[in-house]
Amino acid sequence: MKKINDIISSVNSALTVEDCQYPTINVPVEQLKNVAKKLFENGYDFLINLTGMDYKDSLGVIYHISSSVDKNAMVVLKTTTDNRENPVIPTVSDIWESANLYEREVYDFFGIRFINHPDMRRIFLRQDWNGYPFRKDYDSNPELNPVPLENQTIEAMEDVPTLTVNKDGDLVANSKPLFGKQEYVINIGPQHPATHGVLHLRVSLDGEIINKVDPNFGYIHRGIEKMCETKTYPQILQLTERLDYLSGTMNRHAFCLCVEKAMGLEVPARAQAVRVIFDELTRIASHLLGWGCTCMDMGSITAFIYGMRDREKIMDIFEETGGGRLMVGYNVIGGVANDVSPKFVDQVKEFIPYMRKMIKEYHTLFTYNPIARGRMENIGFLTKEQAVALGTTGPVGRASGWSCDVRKIEPYAGYDKLDFEEVIRTEGGTLDRYLIRLDEIEQSLRIIEQLINNLPEGDFKAKTPAIIKLPAGEYYQRVENARGDFGVYINSTGEKNPYRVKFRSPCMTLISALDPLCKNEKIADLIMIGASLDYVIPCADR
Amino acid sequence: MEVKDISIKNMKTEDFKDNAYLEKYVEELRQGGVNVVVGVLDDIINWGRSNSVWPLTFATSCCGIEFMCVGAARTDFARFGWEVTRNSPRQADVIFVAGTIVHKMAPVLKRLYDQMAEPKYVIAVGGCAISGGPFIDSYHVVKGVDQIIPVDVYVPGCPPRPDAMLYGMMQLQRKIKVENFFKLPNKPNREKETSDESSTTQSK
Repeated sequence: MKKINDIISSVNSALTVEDCQYPTINVPVEQLKNVAKKLFENGYDFLINLTGMDYKDSLGVIYHISSSVDKNAMVVLKTTTDNRENPVIPTVSDIWESANLYEREVYDFFGIRFINHPDMRRIFLRQDWNGYPFRKDYDSNPELNPVPLENQTIEAMEDVPTLTVNKDGDLVANSKPLFGKQEYVINIGPQHPATHGVLHLRVSLDGEIINKVDPNFGYIHRGIEKMCETKTYPQILQLTERLDYLSGTMNRHAFCLCVEKAMGLEVPARAQAVRVIFDELTRIASHLLGWGCTCMDMGSITAFIYGMRDREKIMDIFEETGGGRLMVGYNVIGGVANDVSPKFVDQVKEFIPYMRKMIKEYHTLFTYNPIARGRMENIGFLTKEQAVALGTTGPVGRASGWSCDVRKIEPYAGYDKLDFEEVIRTEGGTLDRYLIRLDEIEQSLRIIEQLINNLPEGDFKAKTPAIIKLPAGEYYQRVENARGDFGVYINSTGEKNPYRVKFRSPCMTLISALDPLCKNEKIADLIMIGASLDYVIPCADR
Repeated sequence: MEVKDISIKNMKTEDFKDNAYLEKYVEELRQGGVNVVVGVLDDIINWGRSNSVWPLTFATSCCGIEFMCVGAARTDFARFGWEVTRNSPRQADVIFVAGTIVHKMAPVLKRLYDQMAEPKYVIAVGGCAISGGPFIDSYHVVKGVDQIIPVDVYVPGCPPRPDAMLYGMMQLQRKIKVENFFKLPNKPNREKETSDESSTTQSK
C-alpha cells in the first residue's frame, strides 16, 4: 500500500489511492498513460483484466494490474470519459501486450475507441453490427440485428481501422489492410476439427512458413456477461459453468466465492473440502481430455480413447454425487447443493491409484513415442517475458517458467493448508506444455488424497437468505481453473441482480499467444501448437 | 406389399416413446402402395444406409464434449455404424448441431448444410440448438437451428447424456428405414415440414 502511494504520488501528487479490496486509483484520462507507464516500470507487468463499464452518465475502463515478481501486489486503475457520443481513451496495449484483445473487446461492447491502438476492429460481433450491446441504453430490438444469411466479406474482416492523434492534437481515423496484396492467406476454421471449437484463423504463409496468424473470434459469442445483468445471483451460476465447460466446477466455484466474499458468508469446512475435491477432479478430467485431443490431433486415436475412458470414471463420481456429468451444478452460494453420496469416498479412493497407474501408461504409450516426440520437440517456444506480457497464465505460463498458480498466490478455499507443488518447467516449448498437464494430474491426485482421508464432518451448506442481495461495491475473485487465472468481477448496486459482471477468460490470452508462437514455424505445426495451448473457444468468446 | 418396417436391431420398437408419428408415416406410404421390386430394393438400401450413417465432426460448445464421449470407449457409437466421423461436410450424411448457434455462426452452419450431399439429416443436440436454451434472452443467439436448416431429430438436454444422443441416433435410423429411397432427394415430407416451420416462425 505504501509502495503504491509512493509510485502514484511520484506521477501526480493530486492522485489518491483508495483502500478498497485492492488499492484503487481513479485516474483522469489525460494521466492514464503516465500512471500506467510508471506502474509498469515499477514491476507491475501483468495486466490481469480489463473491464469496460457503463456508469449511465459516463463510460469507463477498469484495469486490474498485478506483478510477475511481487505476486501479491495488485492495483486497480479506473478511468472514465463523459463523452458518450464519441468516447476515446488512450491505449495501454503498447505497455501491456495483453491489452490488445481486451481493448478490442471494450470497443465491441461499449464503443470506446482507443487512441493509437493498432487494430480497432470489432472482436466478437460482426463488423456490420448495429449498436454497442453492453451499453445500458442499447436497443435490443431483434429487427435491428437480424440473423444474417451471408458470411462477412473478406474486405470487412481485413480492413483495420485505427485512431491516431496528429500534430495539431486532432483525432484522425485511418484504416489499413491487415494483409498485403502479395501475401498468401489461408483460412483455418471456423469449422475445423483441430481448432478445438469454432475459432477462425487467417494465416499468412510464405511457402510453408507462417508469417502471421489473425484469430477471428465470436463464432460462439453468447453475450453471457450481458445476460448476467438481468439475472439473480443464483441464476447466474448456471451460466458460469457454460463459459469454459471443461472447468465448469471451478468457474462456478469462483462465482460462489465472489458472492460469498461480498456477503461475508462463512462456508462450512465440509463444503470447502468437497468443493476442492470436485475442483481437482474437474482439473484432471479437463487435462485428460486435453491430453487425448492433443494426441488425436497428431493422429493417435488410441490415446484419445484412453483419455476419454479414464475421464468417464470421474464423470461417474460426479454423477453419483452431483447428478450431472459435464455440468455438475454442484456448487451453490454458501456451500454445495447436497451432501456427498455414501459411495463418494470409496469411489474417489478407488480412482486415485488407478489414475496413477494410468499416467505411467500414458507416458509409455505416447510420450516416449518417437513420432510424438518428433511432432512436439523444438517447436513453439514461449519465453517467460512473452508469457507475462500476453498474460498467458495456467499450465502454459508455468511451462515457460512463470510461477502463476492462483492456488499459491491468492489461496482460496483452504488451498494454503494443503501440501502440493506448483509444477514449473523452464523451456516453454510444446513438449513442456504437453508434459506439464500430466504432472499436474499427479499433483491434483495428491490434493484429493489429503482431503478424502479426513473429510470434515458437519454441514454441507451455510444458511443463505431467500433473496441474495450484495452490498453496493465492487468485488473481484481469482481462481485457478484448468487453463489459468479465471477471474470474476462483480459490480453491485445493492440490487438482487448485478450491475455489471465480467469474467476474466484465460483462454482469450492463450489464443493471443498463437501469433507469436507460430511465427516462422511450419503450417503443420500450427495444429500442434494450438493443441498444446489447450484453449476452449466458448470461454474466450463468452 | 407390406414392406415398410420401423423396427431396428438395437432396440425394441415398443421401447421407443413416440412410435405414433412414424407408424402414421408408414401407414401413409402403404396407402400409396409399393411396387414389390422397388419396395424390396428400398428395404435393402435403407438397411445399409441406416447402419452406416457418417456424422460430420461439428461442435460449437459443451454438447460437443458429450458428442466426443459418445464416440469414445464407453458408449461407442461404432456399434450402430456411426463411427466414421467425417471432417468434410461433402462426405457426411448427418450433422449433429452440438452447441449454441450464434448470429455470426449461422451463415457458416447454413453453408455446411448446403455442402453436404443428399440425402442428409440434421440432429439438433441440446437446448441451445433446439430453442436457444439457457441463452434464449441473448442478443446474439439464434433461437433454434430450425430457423436456418430443417431438423430431423431433436435431442433435449443441457448437455444431453451420451445415452440420450444414442436414442436420438436410433430415432434417425428408424426414420431412414421408412424412407422411399428412390424418391429422394425430393422428400415431400421434409418440404412440408420446413414450410410448416417457416409459417410458425412468422406467426411468432
